[in-house]
Amino acid sequence: MPHDNEMLVRASDLRKSYGEHEAVRGVDFEILRGEAFGFLGANGAGKSTTMRMIGCVSQPTEGTLEVFGRDPRTEGAAIRARLGVVPQDNTLDGMLTVFENLVVYAGYFGIRKREARAKAAELLDFVQLTARAKDQVNELSGGMQRRLAIARSLINDPDLVILDEPTTGLDPQARHLVWERLFQLKHRGVSILLTTHYMDEAEQLCDRLVVMDEGRVIAAGSPRELIDTHVTKEVVELRFGTAHTAELAELALTLKGVGAQIEPLPDKILVYTDDADDTAAALEAREIRPTSTLARRASLEDVFLRLTGRALVEDEA
Amino acid sequence: MSVIAYSAARANLRSSGAMLNRNWVAMRRAWILVASGAVESLLFLFAFGFGVGALVGDITLPDGTTVGYTAYVAPAILANAAMMGVLSETSINVFAKFKWMKVYDGILNTPLRPWDVALGEVWWALIRGGTYIGAFVVVMGLFGLLDSWWSLLAVPACVFISLAFAGIGLTLATLFRDWPDFDWMMAVVFVMFLFGGTFTPVEAYPAFAQPIVYAMPLYHGIELVRGLSLGQPGPMMLLNIAYLLALAVAGMWIAQRRLAKALYK
Repeated sequence: MPHDNEMLVRASDLRKSYGEHEAVRGVDFEILRGEAFGFLGANGAGKSTTMRMIGCVSQPTEGTLEVFGRDPRTEGAAIRARLGVVPQDNTLDGMLTVFENLVVYAGYFGIRKREARAKAAELLDFVQLTARAKDQVNELSGGMQRRLAIARSLINDPDLVILDEPTTGLDPQARHLVWERLFQLKHRGVSILLTTHYMDEAEQLCDRLVVMDEGRVIAAGSPRELIDTHVTKEVVELRFGTAHTAELAELALTLKGVGAQIEPLPDKILVYTDDADDTAAALEAREIRPTSTLARRASLEDVFLRLTGRALVEDEA
Repeated sequence: MSVIAYSAARANLRSSGAMLNRNWVAMRRAWILVASGAVESLLFLFAFGFGVGALVGDITLPDGTTVGYTAYVAPAILANAAMMGVLSETSINVFAKFKWMKVYDGILNTPLRPWDVALGEVWWALIRGGTYIGAFVVVMGLFGLLDSWWSLLAVPACVFISLAFAGIGLTLATLFRDWPDFDWMMAVVFVMFLFGGTFTPVEAYPAFAQPIVYAMPLYHGIELVRGLSLGQPGPMMLLNIAYLLALAVAGMWIAQRRLAKALYK
């Protein structure tokens, strides 16, 4: 009975604490049927905790959470029956083969053996692992294990697929294969919920997303809306030889007015501007000559930076 | 108040059956490992029953009846086999699945509840333990150690032992931190095997030691199986059964609580 704007998940002032530590500090969001919804944020922002609450494997401390119109506190098993979950660490069964992983998992959902075997074969085909059906899972590469976990999450034809950092730890080629399969799912109209700390992943896959930081939602919207609302159209990256942190902060003061906003980073200065050419001309007029200048379109990375003053993936800046 | 959606009342057989099926699929390639467990208790029977038994001859029980020593010891070794089969399955194997292979982490994203997992593990342990018991009883019969029709009841009696130790094993699996803890468990098991009334009637021990023996789960198992296989049923057996069942229920309840706590963070 899918219909337009059917709400799959609704959270209001949702909170989760572990002792003194507040991992999620009152978040609100709604996820509709058919959309790909993303939680974007750095490690420790509260994304995974929120996902675990939606997946009914973690109890909310406070606030309301509804999944498929049900209460995860009391109807966890019924909700989980309609979810497909791809955990960050896959949690594949190391004592079973690739094919058995799917068939046995189907059993947990009460799917009959004959049906399970047919479905497993179809899903292995979907994630391009048919040739590896009889292998033990620990013989698979990281990317293959992730694809198997994705296939496993689809075994019960879920109403919502939850993926926690689906491409973290994968090499670029494996990432693209996973993205491509997720695109296929989107096309089939499967509702997807994912967390990521990769901007390009969020931009490519998500119809709508919320940006989380320190347990709170600090922005929400489509990737385009977020960029339009929070940053300028273009960004100019300026590098000044080996100058870093303190020197760059000082240099940034001399740049006032060349763009809408100046953001000094440890290794470069970002100038947010609506027109990169105007910025270049303004720099020239002031006789400021960076060792390198790179003009590019603004991205979600800039949104995050602008909102938090921090890079999203620090080790990959 | 309660941890997410678990409850004994709502557990259903289909869900625990799925857990059982997982273990069957995972272990069917390792059947030789399973079968080797049966051999161990048969060796005990030969060593103590026929080796030592030949030296001891007959013994007189506290109620005055006289039985052959082999017929006296064999039911205790059977009870021990019923204990060991499920204990190694539920404690060591469940610990490995829980802490090392993280098998339950994946399962708890499905409609299965901790209670279903615990119950499924108990079914599997009972089946595995049951094959040992079956093999052992057949051998006892072949050697003429089963004296009356009552002795057929020794098999269901063993199920109570298996249930009790399945509960204990599951709880230990969730309590243990690392492998050395299992050495402690095996030490306790060995003490029970030696002093739980296996080789001598408990009345032969000094008075101070007797209450300790009465507290041992294995003692109650041995009393039950021995009484039945010697054809001497008595009202005390109800107490033995109640004690074993209480351990089974308490053990499973604690285990599923701890699973829920560890996995539903």
